[in-house]
Amino acid sequence: MNGVTAALGRAFDGLIGWIDARFPLLKLWNEHLAKYYAPKNFNFWYYFGSLALLVLVLQILTGIWLTMNYKPDAELAFGSVEYIMRDVDWGWLIRYMHSTGASAFFIVIYLHMFRGLLYGSYKKPRELLWIIGMMIYLTLMGEAFFGYLLPWGQMSFWGAKVIVSLYGAIPIIGPDLAQWIRGDYGISDVTLNRFFAFHVIAMPLILCGLVVVHIMALHEVGSNNPDGIEIKKKKDADGVPLDGIPFHPYYTVKDIVGVAVFLILFAGAIFFAPEMGGYFLEDNNFIPADPFKTPPHIAPVWYFTPFYSILRAVPNPFGGVVAMGCAVVLFFFLPWLDQSPVKSIRYRGLLSRAALVIFAVSFLILGYLGTQPPTPVTSNLARIFSVIYFLYFLLMPVYTRAEKTLPEPERVRYP
Amino acid sequence: MNRILACTLLCWTVVASARTEGPLYQARVDLENKASLQRGARLFTNYCLSCHSAAYSRYSRVARDLGLTEDEVANNLMFTTDKIGNTMTVAMRRTDAESWFGTPPPDLSVIARARGADWLYTFLLTFYEDPSRPTGVNNLAFKDTAMPHVLWELQGYQKPVVVTEKDPEGRDVQRIEKLEPSTPGLLDARQYRDAVRDLVNFLVYMGEPAKMMRQKMGAWVILFLVVFWLVARQLKKEYWKDVR
Repeated sequence: MNGVTAALGRAFDGLIGWIDARFPLLKLWNEHLAKYYAPKNFNFWYYFGSLALLVLVLQILTGIWLTMNYKPDAELAFGSVEYIMRDVDWGWLIRYMHSTGASAFFIVIYLHMFRGLLYGSYKKPRELLWIIGMMIYLTLMGEAFFGYLLPWGQMSFWGAKVIVSLYGAIPIIGPDLAQWIRGDYGISDVTLNRFFAFHVIAMPLILCGLVVVHIMALHEVGSNNPDGIEIKKKKDADGVPLDGIPFHPYYTVKDIVGVAVFLILFAGAIFFAPEMGGYFLEDNNFIPADPFKTPPHIAPVWYFTPFYSILRAVPNPFGGVVAMGCAVVLFFFLPWLDQSPVKSIRYRGLLSRAALVIFAVSFLILGYLGTQPPTPVTSNLARIFSVIYFLYFLLMPVYTRAEKTLPEPERVRYP
Repeated sequence: MNRILACTLLCWTVVASARTEGPLYQARVDLENKASLQRGARLFTNYCLSCHSAAYSRYSRVARDLGLTEDEVANNLMFTTDKIGNTMTVAMRRTDAESWFGTPPPDLSVIARARGADWLYTFLLTFYEDPSRPTGVNNLAFKDTAMPHVLWELQGYQKPVVVTEKDPEGRDVQRIEKLEPSTPGLLDARQYRDAVRDLVNFLVYMGEPAKMMRQKMGAWVILFLVVFWLVARQLKKEYWKDVR
């Protein structure tokens, strides 16, 4: 038996050697896993990067299987989704994995971004890493928007109509631009076809490319950690950071625990609440798209609603579009808006801590308001919280400089 | 840190549970009740399937899921086709439907997912006499519906009891307080409610046939994942013993 094992081991080493002579397999393995030294003090918030990668893979795989039966045709699209749900073996599971996966992607990404805000992960030397991450977020928004038209239900149709018409609010070029995006005078079969092309080819390609670049940038500068100090400053004689541990096996086994917990919650949604009370799959989207029947209340899916609230908070349509755009774009400037001498919230002053909590609460409230029909009360609330949202960014240079920070430790705190 | 996390999760729970409903009767459907589903299927094919299609639902699937033989389905439920593998379509032309009702009756395959069981239940219970409407009836859940009271034979007719009230600005407004029977049907009120519950039960089943198995399967999947999580946690602990 031992002889067989030894022979298999030699064969495996031989194969690796053969590949390594022709492709930098071991080099990549070491650089990105076995000799990539990550800080040993990662906490709960550090699961979401690997989980985002997992959800991306799940979305691509389930997406491939969905396209095998989906028809990007205005006459057939709605029916083909129902065909998948009923007649395709395990089609319902694949579809629910994909529709729940879309929401899961945003939950994971929002928590991943919030981690960045908590521990100042965007600050020097990780500015470019943050910007690439924001580009991933923008691409993900595009991917989700294009994908949401495909079931061709009432919300797909009217949601796309509202969002595309926003471009029409841009002075001079707006109406032509909106028509150019749709490829028609209204949302139609032409629009559905091109959105399908964007959803299954263009956006996933860009997304995968950006994710590779994001990881390359991360592994160049090294991971931040909850203490926000650079572990590369304290190295041993071999040049290994004293507070660093190899990503593999330590964080691979740790991330598997995170994956298991995530999958339990994910399966809970898929098997017991795939509609999530109308937040993951909206009731109105079970009615086929009808250009002649406007639903009484049109709201985008939950992950867009904070920005939708900001859009509606501004009375002027073009002003609303600009405000909504700025609400996203401001994130790109965080590395320069934040003037704090420390990265982590652990060593920041009261102002930064309060600002982050108020910002997070405002974001959630704006998200909730965006799902509700506009009333004078909700519109005024949306205005107040939109102002708070913007003040978080615009006042950041002031409050991060004004507050007194705590001294950072020399080494990371563990455990 | 934990406080921030708790606040975040709390806010998410509030957002996730916020979904408003109008004043609706509770349908309390039960997909485990095969007899109810079978009775609902019979009502559906007898009363609904003349105008409404269920074009994504196959007779063969209905037979399998409801515990019926193909012969039973062919003899009792199939009026518009003789092929068990066909979907539940109707012979009514779209143009005819438009000229008769003003709008073609919608396909009912996923209507329960769009409207919800309670709405459908309330809709089918609250038709009332209204001579101003072309069909002679109106509805509390769907004002000025184009649909006639197809189940009149079973329920009979109801008339509204109207009361006059003052609105916040002191003007008189009329409100329907309740509906009371005016012409009896074949069923009494309780029997009719049960029949409508069966029909809505079938519509809920038809909206998502996979629901019957997904919840049972889900429990096993989650059980497996919990075991996987326990093993993964032990593995992580074993490796992380080295980290000081």
